[in-house]
Amino acid sequence: MAVNPVTQRPTFNEIFYTSLQKLPDGERVRACLQCGTCSGVCPFGYLMDYPPSKMIAALRAGMFDRVMKTDKVWMCVSCYACTNSCPAQIPLTAGLMTRTKEELLLAGNVPVELQDALENTQRYGNPMGESPRKRAAWARGIEPSVKIMSQINRPIDVLWFVGDYASFHPRVQLSSRALARIFNLLGVDFGILGHEENSDGDSQRLAGERGLFELLVDKNSKAFQKYQFNQIVTADPHAFNALKNEYPKLGVNYPVQHYTQYLSAKLDLLRPLLRHEIKARITYHDPCYLGRANGIYQPPRQLLQAIPGVELVEMPHSAVNSLCCGGGGGGMWLEGYQWEQAHARLSEWRVREAVAIGADILAVACTYEIPRFEDAVKMVQKASRLVIRDISELLLESIGE
Amino acid sequence: MNLIVAIKLVPDLVEELKINEEGNFLDLESLRLRVNEFDEHALEQAILLKERGAGRVIVIALDGEGVEDALFTAAAKGADQIIKLTGNTMPLVSNHTLARWLAPVIKSLQPGLVLTGVQAHNDLDGPLGPLLAEYLNLPYVGYVAKATMKDGEVEIRKEYPGGLAAEMEIDLPAVLGIQAAEQPPRYIAFSRIRQAMKTVQLEERQIPDPFIEEPIAIARLFQPEIGERAEIISGDVDEIAARLVDIFTDLDLL
Amino acid sequence: MKQEIFVLIEHLQGRVTDISYLMLAAARGITEKLDGNVVALLLGHNQRALANDLAADRILYFDHPDLAHFTPGAYQRVIGSLIEENKPRLALFGDTSIGVEVAGPLSARLNLPLVSYCKSLRVENNEIKFTSQICGGKLMAEGELPSPTALVTMIPGAYKAEQGRSVTPGVVVQASVPQLDKHPVRFLQYIEPETGDVDITKEALLISVGRGIQSKDNLEIIQELADALGGVVCASRPVVDQGWLPATRLVGKSGKRVKPKVYLALGISGATEHVEAITDSEVIIAVNTDPLAPIFNLAKYGATVDLLDLVPALTEAVKQATVKA
Repeated sequence: MAVNPVTQRPTFNEIFYTSLQKLPDGERVRACLQCGTCSGVCPFGYLMDYPPSKMIAALRAGMFDRVMKTDKVWMCVSCYACTNSCPAQIPLTAGLMTRTKEELLLAGNVPVELQDALENTQRYGNPMGESPRKRAAWARGIEPSVKIMSQINRPIDVLWFVGDYASFHPRVQLSSRALARIFNLLGVDFGILGHEENSDGDSQRLAGERGLFELLVDKNSKAFQKYQFNQIVTADPHAFNALKNEYPKLGVNYPVQHYTQYLSAKLDLLRPLLRHEIKARITYHDPCYLGRANGIYQPPRQLLQAIPGVELVEMPHSAVNSLCCGGGGGGMWLEGYQWEQAHARLSEWRVREAVAIGADILAVACTYEIPRFEDAVKMVQKASRLVIRDISELLLESIGE
Repeated sequence: MNLIVAIKLVPDLVEELKINEEGNFLDLESLRLRVNEFDEHALEQAILLKERGAGRVIVIALDGEGVEDALFTAAAKGADQIIKLTGNTMPLVSNHTLARWLAPVIKSLQPGLVLTGVQAHNDLDGPLGPLLAEYLNLPYVGYVAKATMKDGEVEIRKEYPGGLAAEMEIDLPAVLGIQAAEQPPRYIAFSRIRQAMKTVQLEERQIPDPFIEEPIAIARLFQPEIGERAEIISGDVDEIAARLVDIFTDLDLL
Repeated sequence: MKQEIFVLIEHLQGRVTDISYLMLAAARGITEKLDGNVVALLLGHNQRALANDLAADRILYFDHPDLAHFTPGAYQRVIGSLIEENKPRLALFGDTSIGVEVAGPLSARLNLPLVSYCKSLRVENNEIKFTSQICGGKLMAEGELPSPTALVTMIPGAYKAEQGRSVTPGVVVQASVPQLDKHPVRFLQYIEPETGDVDITKEALLISVGRGIQSKDNLEIIQELADALGGVVCASRPVVDQGWLPATRLVGKSGKRVKPKVYLALGISGATEHVEAITDSEVIIAVNTDPLAPIFNLAKYGATVDLLDLVPALTEAVKQATVKA
């Protein structure tokens, strides 16, 4: 009788380590120098039991199960600070942190708040649990009216992917309305998907919900395929990142621009409209998914500088070193958890910097940020004068509409 | 032992509820359905009991839009068997009807413990649990927030208004109305649900009877007058303060 | 023949609950129009005194050691046989963890129609109509309660407890308790709620603060206002997260659900998880600098000034008003 050789099943540690190395540039994880730069630069690294470098050390020691037992990985806001500073260029954010969150999620180790956002996304296609039928409600009353693709029967130049917060959050809706009016003034031929648009899914993906992301890509892709357009424009850097970098990996390829790119390319048309001075010291917050993740630093600044009267000042942390607002990688849905762990909010840190340099206005270009920073202003001493505005709102103010 | 969870679909309140032309029922066209939230707690409590070794979990639901997703999600969470009741049914039926349809099927599954959500927001003829219990000729206790299996019994914590609770013991088999599971319903990664859709078998059972006439007829269904936006008190802080004092006085607070 | 309306009196730890008085008020509203009697059903053990302030024409008191605490089996047995024998026009139960467990099984057992979530009852052309509040308060359903007997479970909202209280007690009749068999559900013990701090679910006036409070120091002026008004300070999540107030004062999904007479919301924007816990407040007054804050959709009165400016002025005005009074 033949005896089967004894085969040991690979451990979770081995399976996980192998899967990590199979990701794009994943083999670089083997080159980790254990220098700890990632842990030092991480905004919440000081309270993680296992910041990125220690996670890699645990993997190498075959003790990754210990990492899985803590939930501190949920403090990661996917801000790319670690990835950007890693001398070995290990894909820490996209690889190590996201894969770990995926495993935590599969194991059911998920803070309740995040769970709600993910369930809402499954059920309604947006994390806040709003009625998907009301996705275009923000655009009501704008003249000329915002076209909804299912209601017009013709190709269009720009498909505006509005995104979750820009569609549903009452404060962020104001910036969406501002942008719609700018598009109208510039004569942009644009339309939106309305109820056919689903969450872009990028933050859900970075929070470890890969399967949900694929479902959303599939739904959005089906909506895209129904219509003809030349390019996609979005005001949401997370949607921008997904459409530019992640959708193509699943075969969904469309040219996409952030609205600051799109408008800065049209500055010749836009500049003559900017007639009213805004006499203010304005500082600009680089969103992680426009800046560090995609290298777009200049277009937003060009737009601000085109506004007469504006004095553009920089905060100590800007451009590639920008501070995260705390909303990325699921952080938007982990407010209570983050507070419990850290008793600090990254958005308040950011607001303190803006106050310290004497800014009157903190300009933003991400749909997560207006409410986050407006809340922070209420909590930070001496910040009550600081005004938070999306760049689109400042442009419209200068146009005088 | 078999732990049976009966889940039902209810109108999703996220959507505006529209009323039919006759003015006596919901407009079924515009209706979006979801699983009753208390039923999700009932499922969670059943899975917790299973994890402590109580037995197999069987989830049963009446056919309706989205019911298969709900059943596969239950399977992904740990249910061992999922059953859909099909036949000459409607998206929303009364709980008396539903209980009469469910009872013989549940009976055939030899239940040890039946769990349902303590209530649903559209229970116009009373919650499902007590009716189901009666048609099964089993005892029922609702507003249950904790359940522990003992030998031939289940020990439960029943909640009363105002924070008071009582401990009770119930001989098995029995029906429980779950107010809250011992932990919030777990999240299940979408990839797991997709996997369940490919691997788990969804059983179908025919509803035993044709449609049963309802004893209670709704003559009129309508939306209550929605409170208008707040009356905004204008003026400087002293004027506002003076007006608020008037309001407090009118309300007998001063 | 006079029609009878049965009302199951609910009581916990020696106190009749509010819903019982509300139901007596609802029942009286009907017997005033139709020729009928309100019959209160009181089940207990050595608890006859609970009948003293019930506004009923007749009170049937059932005394038995097995009725000392609520258990569904004993209650169903007593009330079921009473309904079968007397065939009342209506039997009213609280839509509570007691009433539902009697009315539901009896509806199925005796094949009687049951209407739940009933907010109010009225008489029209000699018929009794119900109005039920369903779908989380988004819809009202109206219809007739079929003859000869219908069961109803009631929610608060349309009647006042005072209308169901009486200074002159009705006739109390000691009724005979049917044979109570051993039932599969047994009461073991009560578990008291954790105490220590004030119970904000029972306060009539709540002054609730949100993010707009800005710092812990500002709580002082809020407390002064609360003292002047005789209210209690509570908060939305960010304030409790900061550790400025204990978790016992948290209003919201993860905290307490409150139902004060007046809910004064200061610097609270009105996120859903907060709002859903305050919808039972009688009057909501909101102060928030943001005129778009969703709290104004729910509030009866609003002001769009900074709470830190308003509160000292309001405290002063309240003090002067109370001195005058």
